[in-house]
Amino acid sequence: MAIFLTGESRIMIQGITGSEGSKHGRRMLAAGTTVVGGTNPRKAGQTVDLGGSAVPVFATVAETMAATDADVSVVFVPPAGAKSAVIEAIDAAIRLVVVITEGIPVHDSTEFWAYAGAKGNVTRIVGPNCPGIASPGKSNAGIIPADITSEGRIGLVSKSGTLTYQMMYELRDIGFSTCVGIGGDPVIGTTHIDCLRAFADDPETDAIVMIGEIGGDAEERAAAFIEQNVAKPVVAYVAGFTAPEGKTMGHAGAIVSGSSGTAQAKKEALEKVGVRVGRTPSETARLVREVVPGH
Amino acid sequence: MDLFEFQAKELFGEYGVPVPQGRVARTPEEARAIAADFAAAGTPRVVVKAQVKTGGRGKAGGVKLAEGPDEAQARAQEILGMDIKGHTVHAVLVEEASDITREFYLSFLVDRAARTFTSICSVQGGMEIEEVAHTSPGAVAQVMVDPLTGVDGAKAAEIVSAGGLPPEAQEGAAAAAERLWAVFADEDATLVEVNPLILTSDGRVVALDGKVTLDDNAAFRQDHERFADPGSADPIEARAREKHLNYVKLEGEVGIIGNGAGLVMSTLDVVAQAGEAFGGIRPANFLDIGGGASAEVMADGLEIVLSDPSVRSVLVNVFGGITSCDAVANGIVSALGMLGERGEQVTRPIVVRLDGNNAAAGRAILDGAGVAVVEQNDTMDGAARRAAELAASP
Repeated sequence: MAIFLTGESRIMIQGITGSEGSKHGRRMLAAGTTVVGGTNPRKAGQTVDLGGSAVPVFATVAETMAATDADVSVVFVPPAGAKSAVIEAIDAAIRLVVVITEGIPVHDSTEFWAYAGAKGNVTRIVGPNCPGIASPGKSNAGIIPADITSEGRIGLVSKSGTLTYQMMYELRDIGFSTCVGIGGDPVIGTTHIDCLRAFADDPETDAIVMIGEIGGDAEERAAAFIEQNVAKPVVAYVAGFTAPEGKTMGHAGAIVSGSSGTAQAKKEALEKVGVRVGRTPSETARLVREVVPGH
Repeated sequence: MDLFEFQAKELFGEYGVPVPQGRVARTPEEARAIAADFAAAGTPRVVVKAQVKTGGRGKAGGVKLAEGPDEAQARAQEILGMDIKGHTVHAVLVEEASDITREFYLSFLVDRAARTFTSICSVQGGMEIEEVAHTSPGAVAQVMVDPLTGVDGAKAAEIVSAGGLPPEAQEGAAAAAERLWAVFADEDATLVEVNPLILTSDGRVVALDGKVTLDDNAAFRQDHERFADPGSADPIEARAREKHLNYVKLEGEVGIIGNGAGLVMSTLDVVAQAGEAFGGIRPANFLDIGGGASAEVMADGLEIVLSDPSVRSVLVNVFGGITSCDAVANGIVSALGMLGERGEQVTRPIVVRLDGNNAAAGRAILDGAGVAVVEQNDTMDGAARRAAELAASP
């Protein structure tokens, strides 16, 4: 079954004619994803060639949905226009919007998150500043390389892009039901907990890998959630033990201030509720092999 | 970007938040001149405050009262050059002393957990708010602010009333809160904190301190550059920024280059862990060259990392996802060539770990190039151990 994104998902791209939008649109199609259309108000009525497939371009999300039955939108719109793009998707009541754009001001993401809530949370937001969602063998919404892993029964949720890829690759023989890159920004739509809940309920997911990093207290809250709600085995990895206090390391989220938010505190919170935490990505992969049935 | 207190107060002033009169001095003589101006205007008593982007400067002796120009100069002499939690004091704020009757706390910030904005207000100001929250949690009010509606007069009144501010301070504090929200919203701040917000003996509410963090992601629509402080940055970090590289200097011996913030952070951890076996070898930096990893970016990255004299070996850790490993390997080979042409002969050992798409082809390219300083290792853990070992060897 997979979570959020299945073989039935019909994907559209906001910013489909831009360099990132078209490049990754091609990659998504090549991975077997159903890409049905996209938006660019100035090129409405035209088509865009994505590796041999002519994909229609519309003026608005609502028009794209009406014409193509799209139910997922992937946003590649640059930071300055990203907020209105997401709000447009929410207004069109699309089921899922995956915001790849990096560098969106936090005031904008906080605003579109609040807007989705005011509209009844019909639209799930993943991201911003995330690599997207991949349900291997079924569908790929975003920039996660599809060919580094295979379909299987592990669920993966991660703040970091390349660490996601690393883990997908290390465990490519076992394979994944769905991999969700939730993004490293301070305010994100879908959280570790949202994904843990969905994986716990997914009959096709047997074990869960959670990758966190310094900053905030999302991992600590996830630990509390796991204790109460997740019976499936969970293995975790936390990056940033060596990060100095008060320095931002790439992700806006990856910053430690004071004593909370450290990698050590997160590791301890997770271990306290029975989650096994690897010290390196490779050790984490080994721990997963120990808990996945049949491996 | 964190602002200095004097910059935060400049902003507050622009938005009509009451702040004490004051000016910045970078030498004791400048401090004297400012104090002389205040004395001439009839307010000889001033406060000399260290300008550093860290808390706890009062406890460290970085805030001193002075009566008149002579004392102001002497206090500035003591404070300038002081080290406060690793921050050297390069400037002091000399401002009129305030007549304080009560001290409160007020802030606006991004609440990551609730995915919204929050205001924190307390009748107990002047000390660390975390401490107040710990010892008397009832005295710290948290009021969520809806990003879609913001803070108007009514919301501001709700915040200061929730904080338990006394009736005589509520009107002034609410007015300040409404204006501080404007600073937060209009300047794309992620934190606006006033501690203490004071009530003076003549009944005014004044921001006695100010801490503001601006969102770097909003630089495209804000003039944040006016607050830049190029002098204080690490010189290598400054050069990296010019080349649009995400570099953070650390205290260690193994230079690190990788793609993706999470993977690089993880690499630092693995190197620090492996380094324990070699007498405490540590990573020397964080450098994320991003997903693309072109030859030019790789060359810039190597140049930056090698410009740190404490670097004794380099670990290049790349996962080939969108950019496959053969492209990355070609990038490394041409990067070393480019550095040679720039006159920077690379002699320190470089351990390369390539994994992911086309890893075998990438490794073959590096082997075939016959670059003496490069050696390969197939795993992240193995590569980290080797880089630490090389950094430790004489």
